[in-house]
Amino acid sequence: MSGIDAAFRRLRSSGEKGLVVYLTAGDPSPAASLAYLRAAADAGADILEVGVPFSDPTADGPTIEAASGRALAGGMTVAGALDLVAGFRRTHATPVVLFGYYNPFFRYGIPRLCRHARAAGADGFLVVDLPYEESREAVPTMREAGLDWIPLAAPTSGMERVLEVDKAGSGFLYLISLTGVTGVRRSLPPGVAAWTRVVSRAVRLPVAVGFGISSPRMAREATRHAAAAVVGSACVKVVETHGRGRRGPAELQRFVRSLKSALR
Amino acid sequence: MRVRKLFRVPDRRGHFGPFGGRYVAETLMPALITLSEAYRAAKKDPAFRKELAAALRDYAGRPTPLYFAERLTREAGGARIYIKREDLAHTGSHKINNTLGQGLLARRMGKGRIIAETGAGQHGVATATICARMGVPCEVYMGEEDVRRQALNVFRMRLLGTKVNPVTSGSRTLKDAMNEALRDWVTHVRTTYYLIGSTAGPHPYPVMVRDFQSVIGREAIRQFRNAEGGLPTAVVACVGGGSNAMGIFAPFIRFPRVRLVGVEAAGKGLSTGRHGATLSRGEVGVLHGSKSFVLQDRDGQVLEAHSISAGLDYPGVGPEHAWLKTTGRARYVSVTDAQALEGFHLLSRLEGIQPALESSHAVSYAVALARRMRRSETVILNLSGRGDKDMAILMERMGGRGVGN
Repeated sequence: MSGIDAAFRRLRSSGEKGLVVYLTAGDPSPAASLAYLRAAADAGADILEVGVPFSDPTADGPTIEAASGRALAGGMTVAGALDLVAGFRRTHATPVVLFGYYNPFFRYGIPRLCRHARAAGADGFLVVDLPYEESREAVPTMREAGLDWIPLAAPTSGMERVLEVDKAGSGFLYLISLTGVTGVRRSLPPGVAAWTRVVSRAVRLPVAVGFGISSPRMAREATRHAAAAVVGSACVKVVETHGRGRRGPAELQRFVRSLKSALR
Repeated sequence: MRVRKLFRVPDRRGHFGPFGGRYVAETLMPALITLSEAYRAAKKDPAFRKELAAALRDYAGRPTPLYFAERLTREAGGARIYIKREDLAHTGSHKINNTLGQGLLARRMGKGRIIAETGAGQHGVATATICARMGVPCEVYMGEEDVRRQALNVFRMRLLGTKVNPVTSGSRTLKDAMNEALRDWVTHVRTTYYLIGSTAGPHPYPVMVRDFQSVIGREAIRQFRNAEGGLPTAVVACVGGGSNAMGIFAPFIRFPRVRLVGVEAAGKGLSTGRHGATLSRGEVGVLHGSKSFVLQDRDGQVLEAHSISAGLDYPGVGPEHAWLKTTGRARYVSVTDAQALEGFHLLSRLEGIQPALESSHAVSYAVALARRMRRSETVILNLSGRGDKDMAILMERMGGRGVGN
């Protein structure tokens, strides 16, 4: 059983919903980034998504795009992100998903990446632009290394594809709430609840809903029929505002705590 | 055997050997699958083919001539040079071939809005043109740097009723325009048709754009046979994303004796790192939805390309070119900004044809190649577009020189 499986099992038995927090590795610097990750975990994030920055993040909105830019300007690399995870793992057991675009992973070399990710204490991968159809070139290697491949499903996917990716993946199913890029929204589209319920009932994996969720109220709403909510851009905005400032991690902690308390 | 292998590509999911495929966000996958099916059905539909053929003839002005460049041939002093005049197609470049085809497809699919990316603005103009003709709203994404250096094309697009969205991220060129177009598409995927102008992007775009552009090569084969008999010794075309080159190469692939040469932008020189020579200097990677060669650093971050011509200023390249390079069926060379400018002047002075700066790269290399060839041999140079759009850049570069002497 992977760390992610264990986290969802624990959530289920305690009857609470999960909170997945996304932060971009190295934003705004490797050291500050580690402090933010620890803050998120301390505040009750159940799973962390550590974003490996990419020069051309086509699925991301302006907030995460800017975070990627800051991280790259600060010298963040795939190796740097792995070091960050290793540093985090020295103090925290919270499961970590490496989240990113395929090219930096591909360049690093998938077998080498999986070995190093495992050694660093990562639990899985979520690769935005590696759909099910192309996943065979990387996923078996991930699985052999004991790492989860988190599949994505979108409002456009249709039930047939959802069931296919559910079968192919492990850890959890990332359900994209809307057609669009990542970024803070004021509300979720009206069909989300119904779609989430249909998917959650049909699939084997726990479902985490993401994209657009920016407040405790929205997180609670999104998890009415799902196991967890993913909050990315809204957390990244806290980092954007406070940067290396001393109050930053405490501010993030406050925000994450408010999200998590809405899910208990 | 090698040639036969070339025919087995791409597979059903758009793989040219290890290249191509569909590396996109899940939200777009169903749209790409639907698009592949719609394209396959359209291709087989006689009504669609008939409508496209008529539009290419009556609207785009095809066939474009294959012109024997007598004075250019004399200047080179070697192989006889023929020019495939895509510069004479409606809107001033080969781009119209593809936009007409995909435009009809978009209408068949019932999409009420079309978006596109553009570098030099030729694809943007060609998209804006067919949208005007069909009465469909159109938005074009263009890097801010390209908006500046191709201002004439921006103005043309606006006159055609298209909204031009300048893109201010990254290198502010074609790569970033494509990023932004993909973000628009992922947001409006249910109602919007994304009309990609190059043989890059996820499957089925590389195949579809190649097919719609193959009219260039099919005409060239027929025209060359009438003019000279047989087949040319070599075919030369410039390569940015690779659409005009794939268009003329594709029908020649099955004739292994015909040498296919793609000319990339060497910018300020390959050793300076300021170039767009993706096939010559790139490494295998994934950009904009397909696996191909990519200009990137050791960590897989995409590098900024550089070329005097906005259309070749792209750190990626179509997957089929990567396949043709790897199998040895085509060869890829590069030409600097300075050499391209020489090519422009040469064709301008000797033949009274002013090529686009993109096409000027092909001119430069074709002349150098012809010079090394025998007089009994022949070269077809694909002149992808005309140079009107580049007059401001030329004026800037020359500071008034070259006028009045």
